[in-house]
Amino acid sequence: MKGSEAIIESLKAAGVDVVFGLPGGMVIPLYDALFDSDLKHYLVRHEQGAAHMADGYARATGKVGVCIATSGPGATNLVTGIANAYMDSTPMVAITGQARSDLIGTDAFQEADITGITEPIVKHSYLIKKTEDIPRVFREAFYIASTGRPGPVLIDIPSDIQLADIDYKPAGKPDLPGYKPTLKGHKKQIRAAAKAIAAAERPVLYAGGGIITAGAEKELMAIAKLMKIPVTTTLMGLGGFPENNDLSLGMLGMHGTGYANYAVTHCDLLIGVGARFDDRVTGKLATFARQAKKIHIDMDPAEISKNVAIDIPIVGDARDVLAGIHAELKTMKREPKKTALWLEQVITWKKKHPLHYKDEKGAIMPQYVIEEINRITRSDAILCTDVGQHQMWSALFYSHIKPRHWVSSGGLGTMGFGFPAAIGAKVGRPDKVVIDVAGDGSFQMNIQELATAVCYDIPVIVCILNNGFLGMVRQWQELFWNKRYSETVISCQPDFAAVAEAYGALGMTITGKKDVGDAIRTAIKSKRPAVLDFHVKAEENVFPMVPAGKSIDEMIGGHKS
Amino acid sequence: MKHTLSVLVENKPGVLARVAGLFARRGFNINSLAVGITEDPDISRMTITVDAEEHPIEQVTKQLHKLINVIKITDLDPEKTVARELALIKVKSDAGTRAEVMQLAEIFRARILDVSKKTLTIEITGTYEKIDALEQLLAPHGVTEIVRTGRIAIERGEK
Ligand SMILES: Cc1ncc(C[n+]2csc(CCOP(=O)(O)OP(=O)(O)O)c2C)c(N)n1
Repeated sequence: MKGSEAIIESLKAAGVDVVFGLPGGMVIPLYDALFDSDLKHYLVRHEQGAAHMADGYARATGKVGVCIATSGPGATNLVTGIANAYMDSTPMVAITGQARSDLIGTDAFQEADITGITEPIVKHSYLIKKTEDIPRVFREAFYIASTGRPGPVLIDIPSDIQLADIDYKPAGKPDLPGYKPTLKGHKKQIRAAAKAIAAAERPVLYAGGGIITAGAEKELMAIAKLMKIPVTTTLMGLGGFPENNDLSLGMLGMHGTGYANYAVTHCDLLIGVGARFDDRVTGKLATFARQAKKIHIDMDPAEISKNVAIDIPIVGDARDVLAGIHAELKTMKREPKKTALWLEQVITWKKKHPLHYKDEKGAIMPQYVIEEINRITRSDAILCTDVGQHQMWSALFYSHIKPRHWVSSGGLGTMGFGFPAAIGAKVGRPDKVVIDVAGDGSFQMNIQELATAVCYDIPVIVCILNNGFLGMVRQWQELFWNKRYSETVISCQPDFAAVAEAYGALGMTITGKKDVGDAIRTAIKSKRPAVLDFHVKAEENVFPMVPAGKSIDEMIGGHKS
Repeated sequence: MKHTLSVLVENKPGVLARVAGLFARRGFNINSLAVGITEDPDISRMTITVDAEEHPIEQVTKQLHKLINVIKITDLDPEKTVARELALIKVKSDAGTRAEVMQLAEIFRARILDVSKKTLTIEITGTYEKIDALEQLLAPHGVTEIVRTGRIAIERGEK
């Protein structure tokens, strides 16, 4: 068979049934093979969309997302999506066409050194030089992307390699002498962690995206319940611990809840699981959980003590390690009352500093839209977001109770991510209501994918919180730059509902509070791609907020007046 | 403090770029880097010296370990290591000073590789301190060009 057919076979062998992409000269052979295959291909309108769709698909399903682009500009259009997947540890395989082997290095038409360009933002990459390497490279790529700390892997394939003949044999087990992720946690460290947990009086569990990657929600819950430990999650960890549970503190960090940030500041033991002590979480490092002993459980040894000194490091799969700690804890004589005082303190904080906003007559409050989405979908939708204020309101005012139901760009903070990611999520989970909460700025960064959603009849609902601003930047300008709104007013907005209709989607403009719920219900019922343009209060801010460089208990706007 | 890392990598294209790139983007400073294949042609060894004052060597090695093609990293203990560097030094020297320069070379057990009317080219191997010392002694004559390989190192003993 041809190299291109071997690629299809290799994809099938990896369990792939869905790919997102856009063809071009250097992948015509691959697309020709795709034409006859039973792989489902979604034609996007911009390759960045393909990468984000693959990413959203992977987050919602736990499978590896796959995207395809041609060489040169096709490949470079994937870059933001690859970087996004890298920062959020999403399993992804990106396939790019490349100029003919004999032309590589000559500045040939549409040649770009994509392995070089993406080197800092991939877990690994390949430039295939021999057709016979195709099965092995694909096998390795999927293995690397999905194991250990997941991440994107890029495979660059010159067009002649796709055309050459190959005697296809499925690849054997990957043989990678330099790649051996540690899955099992160290026994002694697990015991030490259990001891520290049993001894703590003011413990806090701090869970990140690793909880969801590892599928460790049950194990996390078991420990929290057994030892009565409050749990806070990062933005990436939302849904890893149900927020309707009494022990939930919601999200921590720059836009975290007051009670999460106070609890972390005052705890005597911080148990970080699958989280990386990111600067958006820790605020000023010197004061972060300064009284606490710190346990850190992570798949990636390089994360441990990278930002914050750790007392008990455990490298391994979060699920395995937490199960081990739970088993240890059960054998220990425990004092269930030990954290009682602490929990009381936490409840006091929760009562004193609840999440809140001021309702304003005649305006749609953005937080209210999120609350309505939460009520109508019974916290059961897959909620995707773009980046900005609307993202933080979605993180805070929606009740995240299930894993893989929150799809948001954490590490890179990519405007334009939400909508294509939502399309990918819906492709992976057609049984779910999928809602993308977008900003009026962000949505326009990949608005062209409306065509993709309509064309394949993918009923994703976009809820634009339209404030006429690049809101989050405007908020910083308001608070720290004397309200000098330099280039954050986006006054020339299109009529989003009309744009949606022009693409063939359902479009609605909502200007009154009383119409919010109806619009959402109508869109869900329509089972069509829909764009709901909510005209919300323009200069509303996300609170609480920790100013950059401050300690996380130095929040502004966190107090109810 | 200078550390010498001995890094075994798969002998595959792009590996050197990945290793060097990682150092650059994590803000680690490489002092020297020497690469060559080992007794196993599929495996290369990189000897990397780094200044580990600003960044703990632990972060450097952990990040290096994340590269798929990196097989093993050893932070060599200077006490248990023999390290060498090779340098080629071109120094100004005419009939009047030739004898003196050659004598210096001899003291350092360096070899003269090339002689021209106005220059001598010297080859020296040794620890980098030794090379530095010769370099300094030659400096008053006028050194026109120096090429150094960077350090290579191997653990003492049977292993
Ligand atoms: C691609 C990209 N460009 C710029 C930014 C910087 N940025 C962060 S939030 C933001 C404003 C987003 O505005 P909008 O999408 O309207 O959402 P809002 O904050 O108003 O809810 C900007 C410009 C970014 N995160 N991503």
